[in-house]
Amino acid sequence: MISDDFMVPEPVRVLRKQQELETTWTLELEPGGAGRRPFLPGQFNMLYMFGVGEVPISLSGDAGQTETLIHTVRAVGPVSNKLAALKPMDAVGLRGPFGVGWPMTAGEGADLLIVAGGLGLAPLRPAIYHVLRHRERYGRVILLYGTRSPEDILYAGQLEEWNKRPDVEVHITVDHAGGDWLGKIGVVPSLVPSLDFDPEDTVAMVCGPEVMMRFTVNALRDAGVEDESIYLSMERNMKCALGHCGHCQFGSTFVCKDGPVLSFDRLRGLLSLKEF
Amino acid sequence: MDNVDDGSVITRQGLQCLLDALAQRGYTVVGPTVRDQAIVYEELARIEALPAGWTDEQDGGLYRLKRRSDDALFGYAVGPHSWKRFLHPPKVSLWQATRNGDELRFVPARDEPPRYAFIGVRACELAAIGIQDRVLMGDEYADPHYRSRREQAFLVALNCSEAGGTCFCDSMNTGPDVKEGYDLVLTELLDGDNHLFLIRSGSEEGAEVLAELPREPATEAHQTAATAVVEKTRGQMGRSMPQTAIPALLMDNLEHPRWDEVADRCLSCSNCTMVCPTCFCTTVEDTSDLEGGTAERSRRWDSCFTSDFSYIHGGSVRNSTRSRYRQWMTHKLATWVDQFGTSGCVGCGRCITWCPVGIDITEEVHAIHDDVSSRDKE
Repeated sequence: MISDDFMVPEPVRVLRKQQELETTWTLELEPGGAGRRPFLPGQFNMLYMFGVGEVPISLSGDAGQTETLIHTVRAVGPVSNKLAALKPMDAVGLRGPFGVGWPMTAGEGADLLIVAGGLGLAPLRPAIYHVLRHRERYGRVILLYGTRSPEDILYAGQLEEWNKRPDVEVHITVDHAGGDWLGKIGVVPSLVPSLDFDPEDTVAMVCGPEVMMRFTVNALRDAGVEDESIYLSMERNMKCALGHCGHCQFGSTFVCKDGPVLSFDRLRGLLSLKEF
Repeated sequence: MDNVDDGSVITRQGLQCLLDALAQRGYTVVGPTVRDQAIVYEELARIEALPAGWTDEQDGGLYRLKRRSDDALFGYAVGPHSWKRFLHPPKVSLWQATRNGDELRFVPARDEPPRYAFIGVRACELAAIGIQDRVLMGDEYADPHYRSRREQAFLVALNCSEAGGTCFCDSMNTGPDVKEGYDLVLTELLDGDNHLFLIRSGSEEGAEVLAELPREPATEAHQTAATAVVEKTRGQMGRSMPQTAIPALLMDNLEHPRWDEVADRCLSCSNCTMVCPTCFCTTVEDTSDLEGGTAERSRRWDSCFTSDFSYIHGGSVRNSTRSRYRQWMTHKLATWVDQFGTSGCVGCGRCITWCPVGIDITEEVHAIHDDVSSRDKE
């Protein structure tokens, strides 16, 4: 019998499920057995659907509550479609949490610029919960969020509540919208140049499609943010999440084990390289 | 007890005694043998199964067995197999899942692998095993399937007496002489009808096994002959890697036109990764029975040359052959060093020999190196 086998999932049940967007759902899962490590903002779990397969899904809930594990899933492939179709009391396989998360400690004392694109807000939400829970540890908190259309705004109610707080600045932009949209139109990196912030005292956390992250990094660097202070959550094919299967290798890192959150100085020169 | 560490010599019969002693200790003995016109690694009981009197001719995309003029048992270079297929097998069952109503259960695959004794592990292969040790059991996530095989393995190493046409271990500093990480090490000494093996132990268990064998103390003449064997082999290397800082060379030239040239020849067939003794990548396969009550997950070797390898929703990160070859070679020779503190290449030459179009990793590095050096001079 093999002990310490990190490839074997644990069965957990779905407790609640909520539709967020047309093809996006949030699942609340049982937290798993005793001994499972609490997660850190930015980490992910491997979720297994019986007979279909396993995919990495970021934790999108509050790491400060341990009753449930929250994942926001977009139905895009065979496994995520099955995950999205789960009902309360259905069982899934759980492995994790894996990876290195957001720089919640390194960011203390600094201003935080959180930049999310589309579903990229999900892996950043635990960081936001953490900041709000320990608000006094951080300077200004600015959240830039971009998505395709007003109908695609994830966690819209929460964004509104955060925006009402005097100690959080929220800027939302969409790629396209009808005439009833009174907000900004444009891609999220375009919000950076006009932003009034102190680049030298800012830690940036960025998550979204890779092309969005590339342009955001360029905008942040142009504004004067140091490469070491720009953190990205990378996405690559993953089979094991342990650094053994090789699929997520990216330059000198395994995205699963050294990431998914990586500071830009470790990705410099490679992120802009086609097909690397 | 005899002092066995200064070296002893054994005869062919003594070698049979070694196989017997290992089998007696419960080991599954694996060594080289001829199968399908190649020298491969299989279970052995008798030394008659060893490729006596055979050698191999190797070049880019070429492998042929040839008769030797003597009866050497180890007078060839490495073949298509490496010990990876025993320590990190091509397919491993990971677990079974059962579903009964809404109850889901996972049962880890019970894996009680044989205790392997490997006969004739060359210096490059010892280096490769050392590299896979770092990859697969170098941190908290040690792979239990690899570890259970590796920790029980008994390694009978071999100082090479013949370098192949695609060998370049000398320029990778991994051979041809065995330095560490073995239980016993052999050097084949052939002098007319006098066929002996210099043998030394490198571990406590190796010394115990050696003490059980009929043997003579090695003389200075034996030691001198063994040194000469290795030095002759060193002089026969068919290939060499440029002596330069290869990681920087490659990472500074990720857009070099040579990647396009090699992509025109590369078939993206993944042979190089399958024969490579350090390539460790795997994928997982999920199967379920027709009734939907039982599912199984297994792991099998995978290759960065496939399109699926880098697939994320929306498509593959690396669609072109150019990007896949660049990925493989820069990982093997450059970023591997950052990740594991060692090159991922041991200079065994398998990727050159077994490439259907004869792409030569040393030639590709030379091409970029020579081009960059000539431009630097201008």
